[in-house]
Amino acid sequence: MSLWKIAWRSIQQRALASSLTGLSMALGVMLVVAVLVIHGVINRSFLNNEGLGYNLVVGAKGGRLDLVLNSVYYLARPVENIPYSYYQEFTEGRFKPMVAKAIPLCLGDMYKEFRVIGTTPGFLNDLDYGGNKYEFAQGRNFEQEEFYGAVAGAAVARETGLKVGDEFQPAHGAAPDAQKHDPFKVVGVLKPTGTPNDRAVFINMEGFYLIPEHVKPLDDEDAPAKKPEPVKEAPAAATDAAAPATIVPPATDAAPGSESTAPPAENESTSAVEAKTEPAQAIDVDNENDARRLFDPKTAAELGETPAARDDHDHEHHEPLPVEQREVTAILVLTASIAGAPPELLAPGLIKKINKDNVAQAVLPIREMSTLFATFVDPLRIILLALTVLIVIVSGIGILVSIYNSMNERQHEIAVMRALGAGRRTVMFIVLLESILLSLAGGLAGWVVGHALIAGLNPWIVGQTGVSVGFLQFVGYELVIIPGLIVLAALVGYLPALAAYRTDVAKALSATP
Amino acid sequence: MLLIRDLRKSFREPDGGYLPILEIKEFHVGPAEQVVLMGKSGAGKTTLLHTIAGISRPDAGSVRIDGTDITRLSEAGRDRFRADKIGYVFQTFNLLGGFSALENVLLGMSFAGRRGDSARARQLLERVGLAHRLTHRPAMLSVGEQQRVAVARALANRPKLLLADEPTANVDAGHQQQIVDLMRETCREEQVALLIVTHTADVADQFARIERLENFNSAVAGV
Repeated sequence: MSLWKIAWRSIQQRALASSLTGLSMALGVMLVVAVLVIHGVINRSFLNNEGLGYNLVVGAKGGRLDLVLNSVYYLARPVENIPYSYYQEFTEGRFKPMVAKAIPLCLGDMYKEFRVIGTTPGFLNDLDYGGNKYEFAQGRNFEQEEFYGAVAGAAVARETGLKVGDEFQPAHGAAPDAQKHDPFKVVGVLKPTGTPNDRAVFINMEGFYLIPEHVKPLDDEDAPAKKPEPVKEAPAAATDAAAPATIVPPATDAAPGSESTAPPAENESTSAVEAKTEPAQAIDVDNENDARRLFDPKTAAELGETPAARDDHDHEHHEPLPVEQREVTAILVLTASIAGAPPELLAPGLIKKINKDNVAQAVLPIREMSTLFATFVDPLRIILLALTVLIVIVSGIGILVSIYNSMNERQHEIAVMRALGAGRRTVMFIVLLESILLSLAGGLAGWVVGHALIAGLNPWIVGQTGVSVGFLQFVGYELVIIPGLIVLAALVGYLPALAAYRTDVAKALSATP
Repeated sequence: MLLIRDLRKSFREPDGGYLPILEIKEFHVGPAEQVVLMGKSGAGKTTLLHTIAGISRPDAGSVRIDGTDITRLSEAGRDRFRADKIGYVFQTFNLLGGFSALENVLLGMSFAGRRGDSARARQLLERVGLAHRLTHRPAMLSVGEQQRVAVARALANRPKLLLADEPTANVDAGHQQQIVDLMRETCREEQVALLIVTHTADVADQFARIERLENFNSAVAGV
């Protein structure tokens, strides 16, 4: 019979006390595992450059972290916008040689509690996440010409029931009474990606621009020159971005507010791309009826116009908004790779050029997140980890107390073992093994429960953060848990083991068992 | 087999003085000899057995077992020697409650380095009539069965000397003779010397050699 078995039998003999001390150890280890895994996964998800599919985010000057949180993770409130023409610098202008991919984002709207992202089909076609291409659980990506096409993220589809063929109306903010926009039609639902994109709805940027509140008003001096023709007939084919402006909604809202004045997006109707409420800037739309006629089929019908003569959201006969009236919230940029060199090599030069301008700023999202983590998250993690380690130590002391208290009643048993030929070191080792077994059993149970807990909470975590955590999601630090537990068990087991070592055999044998 | 010479053992008293317990000029047990040791309470019978087993160390003298003076061995050496050469049957059986009958026998063997010899343990338990009780824990065994497990455990390592400290004291009259017969027969079969302490005349009368401790222990002579 091995010493392990002898130790295990001793634990079994005190089943209740052993179970309770093992349970306390399990709870401690479970907390440590949960903290380690969740932090590790968040770390990877937020700081993994390859996971994003791009390495730069370009947006309005201002808070760098706000820009990253808003554009990459769809958190925080919307930031200022930059002109669409600046985006064109990346696709056909002076920055083009340094850019491999540039995807525009227009933010500010919500569908229920989910962010609506106005972008191009390139977001889902050209970008990847963690080296994977975006895949569709249903349908497909929207086409450039499908102005009112939309793709729902996996979590959005799951939680709202959106499916291919459904229509939905984006709104300013998440409040129930938030102003609804024109309906978009879902043409695809993404498979889960474990990224914040699961919690977003992607709509065609062209349709986004056709929402009245998203039209940028022209400057006074530009207004006459850009004055578009009112739409009274269905345009034949008008998809050229450079075509003269023909659809201009009534200006009804304020210009994009600065960060210091804009109210939070979640509860108030704040769009990142909004028009100013300045009647003087309304172009070609003389009165409210004209405006409603352009964007509300019912109103147009009431006004006696034929469907063909108006923009009636049949999603086929729209003209894109003129460039002058467009803005984008951010541009996701993957810098070009020259001669096989990593794309990151060109990033500093491009950042320098962009930041020289007054128009925009470029930030490295990973650097911003690293700074955030180093400043706020890491210290919190250390505190949290220290607390959980303290819990494990307290659990270890529980094992010490449990075994030590049992030593009085076990002195006779130890004396019998000694009388049968067990040496002092042998009985000491048996007690140490008991401590180690209790710690390991509790620790392993805690490890399994910790991972199961995280896996169980995964839907909620994905729902809250878009980050997926699986049962088998390991963190390197977990490798320390088992050796750490053995050391802890040896330390807390030493005192009772010493008591076993010092047992007076003759005296203990003489005592009544 | 066992030769004790000039053995002295005393206990320290609370007032700092020493109370002599054993003063034995000479005592011996031959190979495979079976000896009954009797004596009044406090005569030092258990202390003598502990000293022979190497559990207690004498103040002076030698205890030679199978040619080895165990008083010259270190504590660890005495532990190993005890595991190998000495079997011990206690008055209260001292089976470990968390272990089955078979495991109790194996336990003693594992301390002697005979970890894998479960065949020997099974054979001994069969020999003492407990083949059907191998997996039973002590609490599930009768008193007589418990003492039989204790006998099997004491003989598991093929000792040269079996020490039995009032093995029938807690056993009813019906089982007393069974236990005594069992020990005597198995010791004879295994060529083990037996030194048995008892207060029971019926038990003692069955042995050819009966020693009264008071007769050769001058520390308590006349007690």
